[in-house]
Amino acid sequence: MKVFSKVYTALIFTFLYAPILILIIFSFNQSKTRGLWTGFTLKWYGELFRDKDIMNALSVTLIVAVVASVVAVIIGTLAAVGVFSMKKRTRSLIMAVNQIPMVNPEIVTGISLMLLFVLIYNSTGMFETGMGTLLIAHITFCIPYVLLSVLPKLRQMNYSIYEAALDLGCNPVKAFFKVILPEIVPGIMTGFLMAFTLSLDDFVISLFTGGSAQTLSVLIYSMTKKRVSPTINALSTLLFVSVLILLILANLGQIRSMKRADQKARAEKGQGEMKR
Amino acid sequence: MGNDCLIELKNIDVSFDGEQILHDLNLTIRDGEFVTLLGPSGCGKTTTLRLIGGFLQPDRGDVLFAGKRVNEIPPHKRQVNTIFQKYALFPHLNVFENVAFGMRIKKKPKAEIQKKTEEMLELVNLKGFGKRSVNSLSGGQQQRVAIARALANEPRVLLLDEPLGALDLKLRKDMQVELKKIQQQLGITFIFVTHDQEEALSMSDTVVVMDKGIIQQIGSPEDIYNEPKNAFVADFIGESNIVDGVMRQDRLVEISGVQYPCVDSGFAKDEPVDVVVRPEDIDVVTAGTGFLTGVVTGITFKGVHYEMIVDVDGFKWMIQSTDMEPVGKTIGLHIEPDAFHIMKRSEYSGKFGDYSTFSDEMDEDQQPDEVIN
Amino acid sequence: MKAKKAALPYLVWMLLFTVVPLGLVAYFAFTDDTGRFTWNNILRIGEFIPTLWESIKLGGIATVFCILLGYPMAYIVSRSKAHVQQTMVMILMLPMWMNFLLRTYAWMTLLEDTGLINSLLQLLGLPAAHMINTPGAVVLGMVYNFLPFMILPIYSVMVKIDVRVVEAAQDLGANALQVFRRVILPLSIPGICSGVTMVFVPAVSTFVISKMLGGSLNMLIGDVIEMMFVGSSLNFNLGAALSLVLMILILICMAVMNHFDDDADASGGILL
Repeated sequence: MKVFSKVYTALIFTFLYAPILILIIFSFNQSKTRGLWTGFTLKWYGELFRDKDIMNALSVTLIVAVVASVVAVIIGTLAAVGVFSMKKRTRSLIMAVNQIPMVNPEIVTGISLMLLFVLIYNSTGMFETGMGTLLIAHITFCIPYVLLSVLPKLRQMNYSIYEAALDLGCNPVKAFFKVILPEIVPGIMTGFLMAFTLSLDDFVISLFTGGSAQTLSVLIYSMTKKRVSPTINALSTLLFVSVLILLILANLGQIRSMKRADQKARAEKGQGEMKR
Repeated sequence: MGNDCLIELKNIDVSFDGEQILHDLNLTIRDGEFVTLLGPSGCGKTTTLRLIGGFLQPDRGDVLFAGKRVNEIPPHKRQVNTIFQKYALFPHLNVFENVAFGMRIKKKPKAEIQKKTEEMLELVNLKGFGKRSVNSLSGGQQQRVAIARALANEPRVLLLDEPLGALDLKLRKDMQVELKKIQQQLGITFIFVTHDQEEALSMSDTVVVMDKGIIQQIGSPEDIYNEPKNAFVADFIGESNIVDGVMRQDRLVEISGVQYPCVDSGFAKDEPVDVVVRPEDIDVVTAGTGFLTGVVTGITFKGVHYEMIVDVDGFKWMIQSTDMEPVGKTIGLHIEPDAFHIMKRSEYSGKFGDYSTFSDEMDEDQQPDEVIN
Repeated sequence: MKAKKAALPYLVWMLLFTVVPLGLVAYFAFTDDTGRFTWNNILRIGEFIPTLWESIKLGGIATVFCILLGYPMAYIVSRSKAHVQQTMVMILMLPMWMNFLLRTYAWMTLLEDTGLINSLLQLLGLPAAHMINTPGAVVLGMVYNFLPFMILPIYSVMVKIDVRVVEAAQDLGANALQVFRRVILPLSIPGICSGVTMVFVPAVSTFVISKMLGGSLNMLIGDVIEMMFVGSSLNFNLGAALSLVLMILILICMAVMNHFDDDADASGGILL
């Protein structure tokens, strides 16, 4: 059974990583033709930074991801606080609407927003598809995830601490910042990370709502119709490696803190025994 | 060892992550006995139970069941069943299916399952609850389902791991009576784990007191209470005043330079010992007429009696008496010879039995809070 | 309560950019390009039923494969030691950070007639296989892209199963297989349900995977809709009608799933 688990895990991981490995290997390939290895080179990495389209798309992607996730976190967190204090029936109605962008196929969300933007543009001349509409679209699909990661933290929170703050002389706004906000920060961080990742990774909705503003995904999509330049391989290798490093650092920190928590628990247990 | 010995643990060592949980543990349990493993959290009592249940294997030593070594036998092949802490009912099954689970696994005929399950539900006073979801039940009802589920498997031994820990006091008392009744009715062996000494004394035929992975004493509830082996047992079971003494000769003990008659014997001449006196065995007399003279420093009303702290030359004694003496009054204390209980010195000597830092809050602290852990 | 007002920006936003756009989809579906009411778009959907069916079929097959491959993986992860679990989850999530178009593109490199797999086959003296531009390649692409979305929800339900419940089953005489079938499997159904939702919806509505790995012969409903909005055969009204149908179909599938989920939830809820 142990052996089976190990072999199976190895197979699944190979399946997941083989294509990624190939992308990385071919970012060092001399030839432009995929699948044909002709020799090692770093030239695609040099070209990457000289390619205006890619650099432009990279900046669009990053700006949209940062702005959209920050705005989504603000609106979503406020929404969580508001929804939390609502009556159960209103709340479940809102949560149902909140599900729509999460459950709906991305393509439907994309075209529905596109229809809205096109319609407004045709009748008023405003909202031409571009950076602005791209941002609106990204904020729209990010907010529900923020709301869903903050709301449980509010539920877990001991409501008495808010009342205690009021009792000790805080006004409601001050009590929110002093007492509630620190409690829900983990949820907000999760929401932010999710929003940022989703935005960074989005392709379908960007395709329909981005217009002239091209994100990396949209650029890659237009390239795959012809032939993908190995510069894209180089770019994705760099992105992958940086994410890998970030995750390893975060993971190490977490494992260390898990171990520390373990030790602490043991130490406390030991102390408990000493008392007897 | 009689022939009716059912379970034997022989020279058992268990450790986790380099921390030794059980040290050379030896225990024999007779068929049909109600045995309680009693001790503070972390003393190894649950580990002992898990060894018998088959959820754990010893690093060293043997587990014997009806004379056969069962170290490697997995839980599902053992003739024992467990009532888990917090019950561990199957959340996806209703009450009936929870109780029927073991019989369904054994592929018993449908009619038999139906009959036995209903019988079990009746035994635990849950007739008519079969269709209910286990999540809709109260703690006490969930507890009963867990009991019915284990008993439906007709085990020879039932293991109970702090089964009453999550219940409130009243329910706890009722369940104690009920469990004892069920045990007597079925005549099977119960091995019960608890940190509550009162529970242990009132339910068991045999109490096993454990601390730090070592059995401190095995005996009937009366033995454990009246003849504690060391300061730990004396302190853990009930309230005790424990003072240093020296055995001058058989039936004569010296405390703080004064010699008192007692009933214990068999110690070496001039052997240092621990002397236990239970608070209810001390009589209050007029100052100067008793063995000891002291000043009342604290008094608490406990319902049936008063609990007084009396300072005798710096050592604080606890006394339980139905008469109240005001704080500050000098009184005499009289102790009958049979109220002295002499114990051999142990690693626990000097750690317990002085009430100089005693307060009511501390009294509550002494209940280890295993339910939360 | 004043706190309710905090939700105002959110409510306005959701109304403007979620509810209204969906209304517009319905509006476009029932009008022609001059804005007059018409049944024509709905009536024309019949032409696309084979494509729709193909999408559901391939999406369904991919979902089944994801369950078959993902469930054992989730089980293995959930039985590992805590810090190993942490690492394994990270390894499972990491590929999702690589742009999914590129990952799919990598499969083109592998599956092409002159691709890496065929080169390897040739090297071994085996006959070449035609893999790219087949429905099988599309399913493979779907499984590859969405497998983590099946593993992670199942895993997160499995780790929450109380060890004592498993021990109780062993205690009552269940062997490893019986413990799995009678306790772990029923308790992990909510995870399978959310996994199915997370895999089936994007698989059915994809247009990238089918375009890259399926070629022009294996068009799915997503490709058709895409073409009507940004591609060669612009027709917003018909596209909207198709989207509406796709959405309703998926909602029906979800309702069926949720029904199962609820059944399990009524008793399994306490675990979540």
